[in-house]
Amino acid sequence: MSAEMEQVNVVVVGHVDHGKSTLIGRLLADTQSLPQGKLDQVRAMCARNAKPFEYAFLLDALKDEQSQGITIDTARCFFKTAKRRYIIIDAPGHIEFLKNMITGAARADAAFIVIDAEEGIKENSRRHGYMVSMLGIGQVSVLVNKMDLVGYRKEVFDEIKSEYADFLGRLNVHPVSFIPISAFKGVNVASTSERTPWYRGRTVLEQFDAFEKGDERISLPFRFPVQDIYKFTEDGDARRIFAGTVETGKVKTGDEIVFLPSGKRSRIGTIEGFNAPGRTTVGPGAAVGFTLQAQVYVKPGELMAKASEAQPHVSSRFRANLFWMGRNPMIREKKYKLKLGAARASLRLIDVINVLDASELSSVTNKKQVDRHDVAECILETPKPIAFDLVHQVKPTGRFVVVDANEIAGAGIVLESIADENSTLKHHVRDREFAWKGSAISADERTGAYGHGAKFVVFAGADAARTEAMAMALEKRLFDGKFKAYYLRPDSLMKGLDADIEPDEVAREEHIRRLGELARILTGSGQIFITSLTEADEYDVRILELLNKPNEIIVINTGAEGLKNYVAALNLSEWMDLNEAVDRACALLREKKVILEYQI
Amino acid sequence: MTHLEKLEATSVHILREAYREFKSLVMLWSIGKDSTVLLWLARKAFFGHVPLPLVHIDTTFKIPEMIAYRDTLARQWRLNMIVGKNTQAIAEKRTFPDGKLSRLECCKVLKSEALKHTLSGDWTRFRLDNKLGKYVEDTNKEPYTGVIVGARADEEGSRSKERYFSPRDRDSEWDIGDQPPELWGQYKTDFAPGTHVRVHPLLDWTELDIWEYIGKEHIPVVPLYFNQGDGKRYRSLGCWPCTAPVESTAGNVQEVIEELKTGKFSNIAERSGREQDKEDGGGLETLRRGGYM
Repeated sequence: MSAEMEQVNVVVVGHVDHGKSTLIGRLLADTQSLPQGKLDQVRAMCARNAKPFEYAFLLDALKDEQSQGITIDTARCFFKTAKRRYIIIDAPGHIEFLKNMITGAARADAAFIVIDAEEGIKENSRRHGYMVSMLGIGQVSVLVNKMDLVGYRKEVFDEIKSEYADFLGRLNVHPVSFIPISAFKGVNVASTSERTPWYRGRTVLEQFDAFEKGDERISLPFRFPVQDIYKFTEDGDARRIFAGTVETGKVKTGDEIVFLPSGKRSRIGTIEGFNAPGRTTVGPGAAVGFTLQAQVYVKPGELMAKASEAQPHVSSRFRANLFWMGRNPMIREKKYKLKLGAARASLRLIDVINVLDASELSSVTNKKQVDRHDVAECILETPKPIAFDLVHQVKPTGRFVVVDANEIAGAGIVLESIADENSTLKHHVRDREFAWKGSAISADERTGAYGHGAKFVVFAGADAARTEAMAMALEKRLFDGKFKAYYLRPDSLMKGLDADIEPDEVAREEHIRRLGELARILTGSGQIFITSLTEADEYDVRILELLNKPNEIIVINTGAEGLKNYVAALNLSEWMDLNEAVDRACALLREKKVILEYQI
Repeated sequence: MTHLEKLEATSVHILREAYREFKSLVMLWSIGKDSTVLLWLARKAFFGHVPLPLVHIDTTFKIPEMIAYRDTLARQWRLNMIVGKNTQAIAEKRTFPDGKLSRLECCKVLKSEALKHTLSGDWTRFRLDNKLGKYVEDTNKEPYTGVIVGARADEEGSRSKERYFSPRDRDSEWDIGDQPPELWGQYKTDFAPGTHVRVHPLLDWTELDIWEYIGKEHIPVVPLYFNQGDGKRYRSLGCWPCTAPVESTAGNVQEVIEELKTGKFSNIAERSGREQDKEDGGGLETLRRGGYM
């Protein structure tokens, strides 16, 4: 095997016993891809045991050899033609092994779907058709096998072809060929046969070479999920590197880029690598790193795009096709974890539009949940907007997996971005306030008695120490002025109210949610509740604002970085003198009529 | 992209994913060519740095050149080097061939057990102090819950069933029948407390890919892989009582590549010189279920 030769991954799928192993065995035998003497050995073994020889035994024999140390893979067989080399992925037909089938098939450039001419289209013929469609395998060839058992009759082939083409068409899969074969007899596998004089198309072997190894990724807009941001300062390295893998498109040094969902912008400074020649441009598939011309603070999980190109969608709701393989069904009452590109977020099932039933070839519209092995069209929601593409526009950033109880339980493709008018959070606040039994004392009465209004004051900035200092200074000033002010550092909740939150990347959402609920309670009690947030973005602030309703929030921005797309009530600078900062915050409170003119 | 560039990019992506997701992460370095390529890929992934500890399990039966090479590179690349061993079994000579142990039992005692207890932190770890230039007892006793390993799918049967991110339970047990799906560059990175994960960035690489990459990148490997003039070289490295050299005149990387492509090894398994594989049918699979790498 030469490393320079092109390699194509081809998956063979189909219902159990429709002849996948026989086909692969036959193909390996007919192309002299087997180890020396293997064929004779298996024939001899069959003769000794008075069993008829089958090509499927070849695969079994190869599998046996593996445990003795010869390098052929169970799920993967290697063979090559004059044109290029192939990895054949032998996908299990049993439904119990669907997770393995997905894992194998997701790597494929092309697929063969094998259908038994005698048995016709079966449940897994359809289900595998769905999978091929969902996985986005662009090229499919359908092999109608066991033609010897139906007397090589063209009508049988035509009937299956017509029915299955119609089925695949509805999934937007258009096969490049339908081939009538007998894997057992070798008909139309490696060579054409007089048995099917009515067939003039390609053999299976010719179809292998006819698959195109197209790569459309280069022509799509630039997408770079930020996997991590490295700074190895302790090793004397001052570079701040945005690391990840380019999914689509290309970028060059100096290009203006935008991070989504934060909306922050900068320009590519350098393209970094280790023991690699210097580059000024990179394209799809490259696992690289970038430095930026002007520093911006974004978190891993953002999607980097080029400012001059079509932008990804940013929304907290989307419509998707989802395939579920979890032990437990996907239900609406539960929180899941979404992984899309480098982004992680918690995820809720909002609505099941319909479920495609593979066995009945029909769709069910009244389901409330997604069961194991279902393919469902549904509406999903994240608490904060995330950046994504639609799968038919930019495939790699238009697909995702869903984690349930630590397992990848679902895989999906994004069909449509939905405006988040009626987010779950808004519903929640509405329901909460509806159920909220007010006390006998009104908010106005409290304001009158305390001599000030209630307010939730949030200091947000990148410099944690300065931001906290300002928040605490305001609390002190207000307290000294006999106001009921209370400052809480969010970290203080970690061992108490938030002690049960598992520390992971999506935990932040839950911390923010609880802080917002707490604010609602404290402002309801008539206090001026002050907190400080570092690394907060506009969405965090909007969530706090929403959760604190019907009470009001004041956001004070403490640093130059600022909140994108959120107009803070006051902008301070982290270098500002504390007294001055507090003076300005008090002026704002007066202006907002929280405190009255003559006080303080 | 070339075949090797694609392999490299996938491995780098996996390494970064592991580094992002697992706080207590180590990489196993057996000193062999595969895990040395893995170490090189870590330098690729982290732009010249190796921001995680490297663990080597020393059976004390390793061919001496291997240890010398390990410590030279560790100093040169400023690696955070951790060494673990089954001190008691070695002192009591519960080994092969000195004790009554079979080869497989010896592997279990000196490698699997030593690894398990070194990872969990309940046996002494020795850390290379780069300032003192010697190994000292490590004060960190925290368990490592993520382990990056250089296993390749083409090495032997059981390894071809692995995933890039492969869960192990508390006792390092491996459930081969029920493995997580992997697709679209998304892996199983969520784990219940008490479980740990093995990460296999080299799963798709073949022996030939490894050598071609070593040649392309000029990665330093132990000279034992090359013929030193006696017409013999090691194709796979392990403990000296159980690892035999093969007859070969290949004296450098290019010659090894040629030999693998066209020569007498093109159809013979790489681990054919490793005696413990031959002791029972599924020898390595048995070991791997019990935590062998």
